[in-house]
Amino acid sequence: MAYSNKVIDHYENPRNVGSMDKEDLHVGTGMVGAPACGDVMRLQIKVNDAGVIEDAKFKTYGCGSAIASSSLLTEWVKGKTLDEASKIKNSEIAAELELPPVKIHCSVLAEDAIKAAIDDFKSKGQKKSA
Amino acid sequence: MKTPIYFDYSATTPVDPRVAKKMCDCLTLEGTFGNPASRSHQYGWDAEKLVDEARKNVADLVNADPKEIVFTSGATESDNLAIKGVAHFYHKQGKHIITCKTEHKAVLDTCRNLEREGFEVTYLDPEPNGLIDLKKLEAAMRDDTILVSIMHVNNEIGVIQDIDAIGELTRSRKILFHVDAAQSAGKVAIDLEKSKVDLMSFSAHKIYGPKGIGALYVRRKPRVRLEAQMHGGGHERGMRSGTLAVHQIVGMGEAFRYAKEEMATENERIRMLRDRLLNGLKDIEETYINGDMQRRIPHNLNISFNFVEGESLMMALKDLAVSSGSACTSASLEPSYVLRALGRSDELAHSSIRFTLGRFSTEQEVDFAIKQIRNNIDKLRELSPLWEMFKDGIDLNSIEWAAH
Repeated sequence: MAYSNKVIDHYENPRNVGSMDKEDLHVGTGMVGAPACGDVMRLQIKVNDAGVIEDAKFKTYGCGSAIASSSLLTEWVKGKTLDEASKIKNSEIAAELELPPVKIHCSVLAEDAIKAAIDDFKSKGQKKSA
Repeated sequence: MKTPIYFDYSATTPVDPRVAKKMCDCLTLEGTFGNPASRSHQYGWDAEKLVDEARKNVADLVNADPKEIVFTSGATESDNLAIKGVAHFYHKQGKHIITCKTEHKAVLDTCRNLEREGFEVTYLDPEPNGLIDLKKLEAAMRDDTILVSIMHVNNEIGVIQDIDAIGELTRSRKILFHVDAAQSAGKVAIDLEKSKVDLMSFSAHKIYGPKGIGALYVRRKPRVRLEAQMHGGGHERGMRSGTLAVHQIVGMGEAFRYAKEEMATENERIRMLRDRLLNGLKDIEETYINGDMQRRIPHNLNISFNFVEGESLMMALKDLAVSSGSACTSASLEPSYVLRALGRSDELAHSSIRFTLGRFSTEQEVDFAIKQIRNNIDKLRELSPLWEMFKDGIDLNSIEWAAH
């Protein structure tokens, strides 16, 4: 299968690889997928008091398209409010990376990852105020 | 060194230049282009002579009689002809067939198709090393079993089944025995005078012959009957009609002749290269060899690098032409059914890479591959959340993953 240049670029030079302290109340962690299915994506976001995503990090076990989808996602969410970030659609990721139909699930996973990270962050906030 | 380096000799091989030369002499007006079925002139006779020579070369590699060789379009067709041909001829004696879960799809899909026709098929589980437990095979045999179909060498993991022992079992029960030898001919010594194999499938393009040609060995003593699957002019003693593709057949014959002459020395050279590759990789942490290492052809190394997904590794190894058991490389999105049948976890199946070496592989290529693999495993593990969790001592099985 031929990859688009954008997938290859993200794969060869992945942006924002790394980990954050998942206990930090400013950090939201979303881990989606399953090893048995061949992809696991972990996305972490650091949110400031104004509700803006200041930083994002990822690690992904999966094919090149899964790695590229999560790498792209970290670029996109930085500087966005939680509300804006939650509106990122998998179709936008798929279009940007020119993913073939068989790889659409990689972009779906990325959308799930940001939603999971936001949910995790919000649940921490509820615990804090509780 | 030409890149990408070819490490996929079990997928196909380049035609040996010596073989290609002979084939080219069978195409044009100046060459032997005739139809071997033309009995009335020199063109036909010349073509027939070349086909006879090729048939003898194919038979000689496996110590068979040339009359027992039926040319087909390839091993897939040979498998179909053997299994359907036997099933349709002997169905009155029974409708039960035994095969194994790690067979090639040409066998498995043919069996599935026979199930739709009312045949019953037992799909044996191999042992974790890929080999068949003969006791389990024997236990699966019934009074109405008409055929056992087991491959000689597995295409993914290269393990060699004990076809001599299986042949003793089937013969004593008067069950026919078909062997898919697409991956073993020219790599493992085969002696059909000794082995009690009734039908054997061959392919030319796995051993430096052309694609589009194969053969089926059909034993004459004791005689095996088949119902033809391709009807027409009654070629190949009625078992497979269609004008003989002389250039293809000549190519196959030459390839098999060289295989017989060079197999012993070539196997030793390839074993040395494969072991060099293995030694360069085996100390990488969390690395697993798939399939038995002793009963295995020297050409194959199938290895899983845990926590690294196979397709992403192949993408990194863009200078190496290898194949993977990762789902992402197959149309079905399922990881390798062969590795799963061995009881390998889905994760390890997704993380597997198959290297197959061959006639034109070199030490320099192997050394280059080792370096590429080691660098990229490190890089991809840095990217892998599973690797991080493993390093943190988290048991990945303790996590409730959301399957998707």
